[in-house]
Amino acid sequence: MASNLVSSTRSQGRPPLAPNVFRPQLVRVATVTAEAPGIRTFRLEFLDPAEGQAFRFRTGQFGLYGVFGEGESTFCIASSPTRTGYIECTFREVGRVTTALAACEEGDVIGFRGPYGNAFPLESWAGKSLVFVAGGIALPPLRSVIWNALDWRDRFAGVTIVYGARSVADLVYKRELEQWAARGDVKLVVTVDPGGETPDWKGEVGFVPHVLEKLAPKSADTVALVCGPPIMIKLSLPVLAKLGFGDEAVYTTLENRMKCGLGKCGRCNTGRSFVCKDGPVYTLAQLRHLPAEY
Amino acid sequence: MIIGERYQLAPKTLEAIFAALARDGVRVLAPRRVDQHVALLPVKSLAEVALDAVQASGSAKAAVFPPVEQLLSFTGSGQDLRLQDPEPTAPPTVVFGIRPCEARAFKSLQLVFDWDSPDTLFDAHLAMTTVVSLGCTQADEACFCTSVGGGPRDTQGSDLLLQPLQGGGFAADVLTAKGQALLGLAGELLPLGPEGMLEPAPEVEPAFDAARLPEALEAAFDSPVWGEESLRCLGCGTCAFVCPTCSCFDIQDEKRDGGGRRLRCWDSCGLHQFTLHASGHNPRETQGQRWRQRVSHKFLYFPERFSAAACVGCGKCARACPADMSLKEFLRALTRGR
Repeated sequence: MASNLVSSTRSQGRPPLAPNVFRPQLVRVATVTAEAPGIRTFRLEFLDPAEGQAFRFRTGQFGLYGVFGEGESTFCIASSPTRTGYIECTFREVGRVTTALAACEEGDVIGFRGPYGNAFPLESWAGKSLVFVAGGIALPPLRSVIWNALDWRDRFAGVTIVYGARSVADLVYKRELEQWAARGDVKLVVTVDPGGETPDWKGEVGFVPHVLEKLAPKSADTVALVCGPPIMIKLSLPVLAKLGFGDEAVYTTLENRMKCGLGKCGRCNTGRSFVCKDGPVYTLAQLRHLPAEY
Repeated sequence: MIIGERYQLAPKTLEAIFAALARDGVRVLAPRRVDQHVALLPVKSLAEVALDAVQASGSAKAAVFPPVEQLLSFTGSGQDLRLQDPEPTAPPTVVFGIRPCEARAFKSLQLVFDWDSPDTLFDAHLAMTTVVSLGCTQADEACFCTSVGGGPRDTQGSDLLLQPLQGGGFAADVLTAKGQALLGLAGELLPLGPEGMLEPAPEVEPAFDAARLPEALEAAFDSPVWGEESLRCLGCGTCAFVCPTCSCFDIQDEKRDGGGRRLRCWDSCGLHQFTLHASGHNPRETQGQRWRQRVSHKFLYFPERFSAAACVGCGKCARACPADMSLKEFLRALTRGR
C-alpha cells in the first residue's frame, strides 16, 4: 500500500511524541507581595516537587510567566539562584497578561517556561567590587544578582547599590532595602526624584545619574551593573565613563518583547542579536555594536 | 529506484501515483487554478494541477508551519488545571509542483526551527512531508533565484525533482529516500538516458551580487533609503505571509468553555505591533526601521548565523505586494551603491 511505502521511509511512521518546547511547567503562587502602586512580587513554587528540585538557573536569566487563556509575559527571574525551592518575579500591571497575573491570588496556578537566555558572569568577578545602579521597576533583575553576590559575599570586594525611583511610594523591595542598609558590608544609597520625597524621607533626593556622580564609586577592579528606564541609562553611562569604567566593565539587561524565548519567533531580534538567546545580559561594549532598537 | 538517478515518468504513470496517494489518504498540495488565480490547494489528480503557472500565490511553508497551529490546550483551573500537548495530527503530505526556489525554503525553515531547541511540532510536520518540485521552463520579471544561489533546476530541499521532457512526460530525479518511496508507488520505472531531452530552462539573469549584500547593508544602515522605500509600504505583512522562508510568529491564547488553547500564528517584523511593548514603547517605531529589519535579517543577520540568506528569490513578495514594492529591485539598487 502507498501509505506503507510512504511512511516506511519516514522514521518508521509517525514520529514519537517528543517534548513540547512550548509546554510550561506549572507553578503555584506561594506569596504575593505588593511592592508599589501596580507592582507585585510573586514567589512561585513548582507544583511538581521533583521539577522544583531539578530547576536550576543563573542570575540574569529570564522566564515566560503565563496565565492560561491570557498569554505569557517575559520577566527576569528576580530571586537569586542561591535561594532554592522557589523563584520570584516582580512585574507591573500594564497589559493583558500582567493584568491577569495581577488578579492571581496565593494558591493560584500559572505557567512558567525557562530559564532562558544568558547570565551575568558573576563567577568571573571574584575579587572585584560591584556597583549596582538601578531605577524604578528595573531593580528586579539586579536584585537577583545582589542576593547572589551577598550570599557569596566573601568572594567580592565592595558592594555598592544606587537605587532611585520617582517617589518614595514607587520604590520596590522596601523591606530588602532596609536589610541592605542595615548590613555593614553593603553601601546603599536610595534616592527619589525631586518632589517625590515624603516629609520623613531620610534618603537622597535627586536623579540617579547625579547621585551616582556625587557618590563617585571607584572604577578600578570594579564592575558596574546598570538597569533602569532608558533616560536613566542614557544619563548614567557618561557618568560611569567619567569615573573610569570601561565599556567591558559595564553590564545591563535588555527587555525586548518576546513570545517564544527560543530564538524562533523573531520578535526580540535586534541587529545580530537575539535578546532571548544572546542576551538579555550585555556589556556596554556589546551594546555599542547593536542598533538602538531596544 | 535509486537515489541520485534520473527516471522517465509518463503522465499516465504520474496519474497513477496521484491515484495511489488519494486512495491512501495522503494530502497532496499543489498549484491549482481557481478563476484567474493559482493557489497551493489540496488536489486529488494530476489534471487539477496548474503545471504552467510560474508561481502559485501563498506559501508551501503552510505544510510544515501552519498559519495557525495549536501549541497546547488547557482545562480547569487552580489545582485542577490540566495541560494537554497537541495530538500529532500532521497528515502525510506531498507538496507537489512547487518551484525549486520554494523547495529550497524548507531547508531555511529547518535552520530556524531546529537550532538549539528543536521545535518538535515543526519536526513532526516536516517528517510527514514529501517535496516534489517542478523545474522551471519559464520565469517572470519577479524571479531572482539565480541572485541568491538557486536556479530553475536547483535540487536543494526537494525529495524529487520533476522536469518536463521535450515530447511530453517528465524526467524524475530521485533525491532522497522520501522521493524514492513516492516514485516507488508507480512500480518500476525506466532510467532516463542522455536521449531524454529536457525542455529548456529559462534564463534568469542575476539581478545583484549577493556576496556584496552584507557589506552594502552595513554601509546603508543609517541611509535614508529605508524611510524613502517604505513610504509606500502599507505595513500589511503580505510579503511575509507569502514568503516561503519567513518564520516569525506570534503566540496567542484563546479561551473557550472552561478551558482554552494556546496558538502559534504567522506574524511579521513589518507589522507595527510586532515589537510594541505593553508600555507603549516601540523599539522599531517607523516603517523604515521595520523594512530595514526585514531586509537586514534576510541578507545580513540570518546568513551570519546560518550561513545562507533567508531568501530564495521566488519573487512571491513582489507579486503579492499591493504597493508594488520589489525586494529584487531594491537590492539591485542597494548593491549598485545608490
